Amino acid sequence: MTSLAILEPDAEVLSRRDQLIRGLRGLLPADCIIADEDGRRAFETDALTAYKQMPLAAVLPTTTDEVSRVLRYCHENKIKVIARGAGTSLCGGALPSEDSIVLGVSKMNRVLDIDYMNRTAQVQTGITNIGISNMVSPNGFFYAPDPSSQLACTLAGNLAMNSGGAHCLKYGVTTNNVLGLKMVMMDGEIIEIGGQELDAAGYDLLGLIIGSEGQFGVITEATVRILRAAEGARPMLMGFDSSEAAGECVAAIIGSGIIPVAIEFMDKPAIRVCEEFAKAGYPLDVEALLIIEVEGSEDEIETLLTRISDIAKPFKPQGIRVSQSEAESKAIWLGRKSAFGAIGRISDYYCMDGTIPLGKLPEVLVEIGEICARYKLNVANIFHAGDGNLHPLILYNANDPAEVERAEKCGAEVLELCVKAGGCLTGEHGVGVEKRELMLTQFSRTDLEQQMRIKTVFDPDWLLNPEKVFPLELHTS
Amino acid sequence: MSDLIRPKDETELAAAVAEASASQTPLEVVGAGSKRNVGRPLQIASSLTTERLKGITLYEPNELVLSARAGTPLKEIEAALAKNNQELAFEPIDLGPMLGEQERRATIGAVFAANLSGARRIHVGAARDHLLGIRAVNGRGEIIRSGGRVMKNVTGYDLCRGIAGSWGTLSVLSEVTMKVLPKAEATRTLLLIGLTDEVAIDALCTGLGTPYEVSGAVHLHADYARQLIDEEILRRPAPVTALRLENFDSSLGYRADQLAESLTAFGKIVELDDTASDAFWGGMRSLSFLTGSQDPVWRISTAPTNGSKVVSALSKRLECRAAFDWSGGLIWLQTDPTADAGATEVRRVLAETGGFATLIRADAALRNSVDVFHPMSAGVAALTQKLKQSFDPSGILNPGRMYAGI
Repeated sequence: MTSLAILEPDAEVLSRRDQLIRGLRGLLPADCIIADEDGRRAFETDALTAYKQMPLAAVLPTTTDEVSRVLRYCHENKIKVIARGAGTSLCGGALPSEDSIVLGVSKMNRVLDIDYMNRTAQVQTGITNIGISNMVSPNGFFYAPDPSSQLACTLAGNLAMNSGGAHCLKYGVTTNNVLGLKMVMMDGEIIEIGGQELDAAGYDLLGLIIGSEGQFGVITEATVRILRAAEGARPMLMGFDSSEAAGECVAAIIGSGIIPVAIEFMDKPAIRVCEEFAKAGYPLDVEALLIIEVEGSEDEIETLLTRISDIAKPFKPQGIRVSQSEAESKAIWLGRKSAFGAIGRISDYYCMDGTIPLGKLPEVLVEIGEICARYKLNVANIFHAGDGNLHPLILYNANDPAEVERAEKCGAEVLELCVKAGGCLTGEHGVGVEKRELMLTQFSRTDLEQQMRIKTVFDPDWLLNPEKVFPLELHTS
Repeated sequence: MSDLIRPKDETELAAAVAEASASQTPLEVVGAGSKRNVGRPLQIASSLTTERLKGITLYEPNELVLSARAGTPLKEIEAALAKNNQELAFEPIDLGPMLGEQERRATIGAVFAANLSGARRIHVGAARDHLLGIRAVNGRGEIIRSGGRVMKNVTGYDLCRGIAGSWGTLSVLSEVTMKVLPKAEATRTLLLIGLTDEVAIDALCTGLGTPYEVSGAVHLHADYARQLIDEEILRRPAPVTALRLENFDSSLGYRADQLAESLTAFGKIVELDDTASDAFWGGMRSLSFLTGSQDPVWRISTAPTNGSKVVSALSKRLECRAAFDWSGGLIWLQTDPTADAGATEVRRVLAETGGFATLIRADAALRNSVDVFHPMSAGVAALTQKLKQSFDPSGILNPGRMYAGI
């Protein structure tokens, strides 16, 4: 993307780079500081690769105390700090500025305690999302939020963005699954919030901090809930000859009192690409596909899937297929979870993340089609149908500057459409730099000013990930 | 002068708060007022009530979402949901009866302002986890919004959670949007009788560690158990430990058998059917075992396995009895009306075990003299103070209700 306004880096700060690096070397072991150009290049962007900016340095502390020392130093020297997990943000949440340093938590990835009786795990936040589940799965437990990037993304990033996933219809998103935090404030103070208990003593600071996009502090440890996994789970596939029928079918299932653990929707272009990649056996002759997963014992799964099939009948589903084996279930989910990668093989794409009320799905899809046609771009739609989170993937050619600009404008229109339909700009990816200029389509100035005052509570000098979330025009006003 | 301000809509509400802000007039913020005796006593002449901000403004059963103005009675919302076989899954507790008020007077705004969650919190989350969107008036008299009507929303900071549980000290809610869920087809309860606190909590945590989706896990001392369990089942006074299963009718038999199997080490199991279960969990929701007395009641939150340690340590110093919810993680502790209601001991014990305590029921003099809400660490206190300032710079909304100066 090209049209993002980048603030001019502070020349005075740039001129102090050597001094800054000397200062950092006095605080951390040498192998925790990356100052050379090749090394820094690994931190110049995240998964929104269209934007790149080289930071002054990157630091990878190994303890909370080291994080505290770095932040205190940067606070005293008025250096901006961009916290980073694995750099999988799709909204530029970890994009540095040239006058900032990147502080990565990836070296802090240990499990500190697992408590099965209290159903909690205490971990350092550089651990990967899947790493938590891997530690507890031998005992039949799991950590519920499951973003598609879960093999790579860190808990730190999940906390910053309040990440969701395909299974959050039943199990909730990050904020519903975290009980305690250790966070370093910009001035170096270490605070602890919550613990193993299920609610807060005073204000719900935990709830406020999760999803604050790395603008309040650097979270180094967290206590998360772990849950006992269901006895089994099985997905089924159902095709439909219109997205309308698929949407109505989802509404009928939920209206009947059944909440499947996941309901995923794909439109025809998405089905085709994912099937080519994963060979999951998705039907290719339908306009829309639902993947519906239920959990329980074998008998319970059987009963629920039969009920769902009965409810679906009036909507004329085609090619209903219930997974018959673990391998088949894996293939079905692989297709969905690797959708972004599969589409990335055939084209550059711009992944949107709006949320819409389910009832608006058919009209929103028609309008998205029209918007993209107007910009002469193709689109594939993937939708967490149970919770309304829509991922239109706008296909474009990154080597054609004119097309890049069209894709960006097209994306903005799609998100404005989501807001107009009663939804929001982002369901799980976050605002970052990508959507900050659109915030005024969803919020009033007064709404955002209240949020900005809260930012100031946590970070009075606006040094932590400062150029994110809020439109730049509000920064200067 | 004693004023009661009763705005009829959000615009009037905002104007009233703006005026109070301009004239630095503190306001007691209430819904129906059924919980006004929770917190530090307020010395405030003017009250602002949201009770005229009424009505459900959106209900889409197939999208599991409902919006209502803050003053809408909870019972009106529950009645509308029941027509579609849905409910507020976090089953908000009713503090009214234990505080000497009538049953079920609460407004929906207050349910979220106080973050009131019942037994099912362990399975489905708290009130704050079901709050999708808010409209509110901050202490500057500005209308602010956060969240929305969709299930997944990370656009901007999460003020819904920031405001849930703030007891009207940050803003006055004018409208709330919440996630609703289908009611389970049927309920069963497995009871274990006569267990010590420690063994009971072991049993509850064991139950929650199974895949059968236990949705209620409580342990009641004998005096409380007697008030919730039929004499035919509980022939002589004894503590009772209860685990709830809710599901499709077709699943419950299997799940109850499997859960019972995993609890065999803890003794003989007595099963409550659907009707008896509803009565028992209804009693938990209205905290009926705490009514009819004015003795102080603490609400203690800690790690579940600490629950028995906390009560055991306190029993050595205080006359007290306890009901454990949330598999031991939530304790309703009734003490004798001593000079500080045991505050010093309660906080001393919690300093060792972790967790916090709120003095939910006590007379005004006592609530004036001890910390009602748990004392904060210096770092958290500083943030709390600044947060209050960011919403309510003149300090007019329920000032001092939670903490002095907040």
